[in-house]
Amino acid sequence: MAELLAKYNYWIYALLLCVGFYGMMTKGNLMKKLIAMNIFQWAVIFYFISIGAKKGGTVPIIPGGHGGGHVVVEATSFINPLPHVLMLTAIVVGVATTGIALALLIKIYKRWGTLEEEEVLQRLRDRDEVKG
Amino acid sequence: MTHSTLPLFALLPSLVGAILILLTGERHRNLREFWTLAASVSKFAIIWSMLPMVLEGKVLGVEVLEIVPGVGLELKVDAFGLIFALLASGLWIVVSLYSIGYMRGLKEHAQTRYFFCFAMAIFGAVGVALAGNLLTLYLFYEILTVATFPLVAHKETEEAMRAGRKYLAYLLTGATLVLFSIVLTFSLTGTLEFTPGGFLSGTASKAILSLLFVTYILGFGSKAAVMPILEWLPSAMVAPTPVSALLHAVAVVKAGVFCVLRVILYVFGPKLLTDLGLWLPLAFFVSVTVIGANLLALAQDHLKRRLAFSTINNLSVIILGAALLSHDAVRGALLHIPFHGFMKITLFMCAGAIYVKTRQDLISTMDGVGRQMPFTMGAFALASAGLCGIPPVCGFISKWYLCLGAIEAKEVFFLGVFILSALLDAAYFFPIVYAAFFKPPKHDQIKPHFDDASPWLLVPIGITALGSMVLGLFPNLSLRFFDLAGQVMKAVLAGG
Amino acid sequence: MGIMAQLPALIVVTPLLLAFLVYLVGIFRPRLSYPLVLLGTSLSFIFSLGILYQVLHSSAPLSYHLGGWEPPWGIEYRIDHLNALVLAAVAAVAWLVVLFAKGLVDREIELQKQPHLYTLLLLEITGLFGITVTGDMFNLYVLLEIASFSAYALIAMGGRGAAFAAFRYVIFGTIGACAYLLSVGYLYILSGSLNMADLKGIIPGLLHSKALLVGFAFMVMGVGIKMGIFPLHSWLPDAYTLAPSAVAALLAPLFTKVGAYVIVRVTYGVFPLSFSVKDYPAAEALGWLAIGGVIFGCVMALAQRDLKRMLCYLIVAEMGYILMGVATGNRTGITGAVLHIVNDAFMMACLFTVVGAIHYVRGTRDLDDLKYLHIQMPLTSAVLVVGGLAVVGIPPLCGFFSKWYLILGAVEARRWGMVAVLLLSSLLNAIVFFRLIERAYLEVQPAEAFVPNGGTHLKVKLDSLPKGMIFSLLLLASALLFLGLFSGTIVKEIIYPFVNGL
Repeated sequence: MAELLAKYNYWIYALLLCVGFYGMMTKGNLMKKLIAMNIFQWAVIFYFISIGAKKGGTVPIIPGGHGGGHVVVEATSFINPLPHVLMLTAIVVGVATTGIALALLIKIYKRWGTLEEEEVLQRLRDRDEVKG
Repeated sequence: MTHSTLPLFALLPSLVGAILILLTGERHRNLREFWTLAASVSKFAIIWSMLPMVLEGKVLGVEVLEIVPGVGLELKVDAFGLIFALLASGLWIVVSLYSIGYMRGLKEHAQTRYFFCFAMAIFGAVGVALAGNLLTLYLFYEILTVATFPLVAHKETEEAMRAGRKYLAYLLTGATLVLFSIVLTFSLTGTLEFTPGGFLSGTASKAILSLLFVTYILGFGSKAAVMPILEWLPSAMVAPTPVSALLHAVAVVKAGVFCVLRVILYVFGPKLLTDLGLWLPLAFFVSVTVIGANLLALAQDHLKRRLAFSTINNLSVIILGAALLSHDAVRGALLHIPFHGFMKITLFMCAGAIYVKTRQDLISTMDGVGRQMPFTMGAFALASAGLCGIPPVCGFISKWYLCLGAIEAKEVFFLGVFILSALLDAAYFFPIVYAAFFKPPKHDQIKPHFDDASPWLLVPIGITALGSMVLGLFPNLSLRFFDLAGQVMKAVLAGG
Repeated sequence: MGIMAQLPALIVVTPLLLAFLVYLVGIFRPRLSYPLVLLGTSLSFIFSLGILYQVLHSSAPLSYHLGGWEPPWGIEYRIDHLNALVLAAVAAVAWLVVLFAKGLVDREIELQKQPHLYTLLLLEITGLFGITVTGDMFNLYVLLEIASFSAYALIAMGGRGAAFAAFRYVIFGTIGACAYLLSVGYLYILSGSLNMADLKGIIPGLLHSKALLVGFAFMVMGVGIKMGIFPLHSWLPDAYTLAPSAVAALLAPLFTKVGAYVIVRVTYGVFPLSFSVKDYPAAEALGWLAIGGVIFGCVMALAQRDLKRMLCYLIVAEMGYILMGVATGNRTGITGAVLHIVNDAFMMACLFTVVGAIHYVRGTRDLDDLKYLHIQMPLTSAVLVVGGLAVVGIPPLCGFFSKWYLILGAVEARRWGMVAVLLLSSLLNAIVFFRLIERAYLEVQPAEAFVPNGGTHLKVKLDSLPKGMIFSLLLLASALLFLGLFSGTIVKEIIYPFVNGL
């Protein structure tokens, strides 16, 4: 039991994931879907970052490491930098996705005047373009 | 196997011809017709040139491409294939002459498409004949189906479209079963080569082999129009008569029968079939078609439909002969393939000539047409006599051997089937001939004086009718069918 | 050999740089944007052939270390027989579709906006190539997202409901991408590596771990959404139908195929062969999904009246075939799946371009408006016949051969359900396509408007299509024939080395 609780980072990420997923699937407002999507993405980002953390570890920067030369380091005292690096990329991806999605929402709003999925679908059906 | 590129050259004329026809189009119709005739003559010539070598016992082969690792796109010319190839290519010449007269006589539409598909169909048929393994066979078999579809639906009427759809439905479903069989065969044995005497012995359990046999027979049987998968053939009679003539009396259905015999003789082999005891159920199964088709023929008033059912009957007769697995029965079956082709094509061409001249296609309205068209009806009488088994027309020879074969196999029941079938043949052919010559014309379209069909139509009819008789008297003349059949027997039955 | 060694990177970098160039040039001279795009795709095609040549003549996969960093610390582009083949196919189809696209783009998009579309197109191609050549799991995610973004934006450029369809695609696509990212995370936690080749060595030691299974499951789900596997396909029909025709012609054949490649690569290139078959019944489950997908796709395709939508459902069915091949778990089935990736890319490109051409000339995509097509557009109709017969599986066209290996693989794996569905679907496809062929060729006696004098005077110049479109249609149709005739060679020379190494 204690072990399960110790892995609380996984619980948090799983919770956020579910919240995001629930939002995307059930909410009818497109903006809410988008927000839920963001939560979903962030869940994954938290997950990655959390696995890189280490009790008592420090920021992975070697002082004076630039300029060549060799410095003796104790690798185990640093937290894992790789997930952070990966997540930098993933955050950028997330931002770009949000940007595209927002642009699309603007376009949809301009055209249909609403951001409610049901209403848009109804208007599309009336024009016989989207089959459900 | 002797390596030779002749089989490849044998296939090319129809393919090249088809493309040339398509490019030439309606604007230069005489040039287009020339392509058809040139292609058919050259094709026949090349195939005929292979005859001496095959009769010596050689098998000419060439592998064009390795199309699947382990299996090639392979052409192999053995005696059996040559029988069918000679028949298809030879009759293509005849039917092309006939087609030209018929299509122009009726001022039919879409003639370029017609001649193109015809050439492609022959390409497919001869490809089936010359295929060296099951995969190559399947390739050409499918080409044949696809190429003949536009021919069946040619008239583009509601009825024609329905017939076309039915055609596709039956044949493609059959092809699917065949594909399954081929894949299973490959999975069991790792090879698809046709081998005289079969190559499936000992590869799987009795149950699996029996299942495989059933799927092969049903699959190929759809094209060979065995009961109950035969409804497409009578419906396809809505096509123009030359189409019915060559394709459904000679090329398409004969391809089906050819494939069935390939399976019996070159995939399973007589020995395996005897061991599995499968020949007897097959024989019973087709006997039902033999008798059933003839009974149905009696009930038809539409001439071409009656002929269609007669074809169905004859095809199953061929399969029955092969199923009996005795020397003479198989010989009779092999001979009946070309002999029936000659006779049946004569009958169809006559039917077409009658339609062109009098616009009649129902038998009940054909009284007295013999007076108007004595040559046509004379040929009809000759050919139908042959189909009933009356000498000296060639049908007598094949039926004779079939009966001998039934006796040899000690199967009196099937002897009875053959005889009953012949009697029924007489029952539905004789009245047609009688009414044509001895009854006064009922319909005002039929003139009481001489007004036979144009030479374009009569000459081909004459060739095949006389051919039927000549083959009856000298079955080994020029095309050497008799010897070819003998070669097949030596290869297949000697081994088992 | 300078340039030859740089090819793996060049093939991704070229379209990327050209994308920016096109955008900049497009501000001043919009008309120049198309030639640049064509140049980019032609170069990429040549590069891909160069890569294929190299791979066939070397004993080990090509390995390119980005930035000089050695794997597994650095990002590696790793090209073996599998990706070389897929790369060549993707590059070829991309080139052919770009060749085709000009006419449609000129019609549907205003001149000022065209450079934007072309920029996005090049970015899309960058992403697709990148996914194919990379040997690093995370790098794949990045490139997958590049391709996806471009796709979202490209689709939204269509009229009317396209923005909405694109938005839905964004939602679904992001779920997919995040799922994939999660799986990368799981694998990283377990192994400490992101490099595919490296993982291949580490995973066999981890087979007892449940986390591994979860990682695999997330990966399949994620890529499955992108690939359009039933039942995760629901974004597909709307998105590709409402996108501009040229965009659909590029995305539909390629994006899904590249996704399929990823599944094959991960299932068999990273995870060992035994994983999906013996250790966990993943193959079993995937098989049932695949069967469902094929049946669903074929039946829905029958029900459609819009040609483009019909093709979209067929894509779902084709993805089912590939998944079936993967799910058989034996070498023959995998061969079939890989061959089908290549074949289907060409087949779908062919069919989508036909539909695009019909739309260009007749302005319609409705099934019932195909009358007299063979008179007005003879070449296009002929290509339609070729494409349709290929999908049905008539030899010697390519579609038959992938079906052959798939059926053989299913028989070997004793999965009779798959065999039955494979055979049955051919018949369903036959109904779909022969219906089209009937409408195009066999309608009752044509009206005077189309056929005066039995066609002698009707000199429709090349189907009324621009040269680029005709050229690409004919090339695609010929490709279907050649791929079929030479499938034996392709399988023996290229696919077998990959498959036998599993």
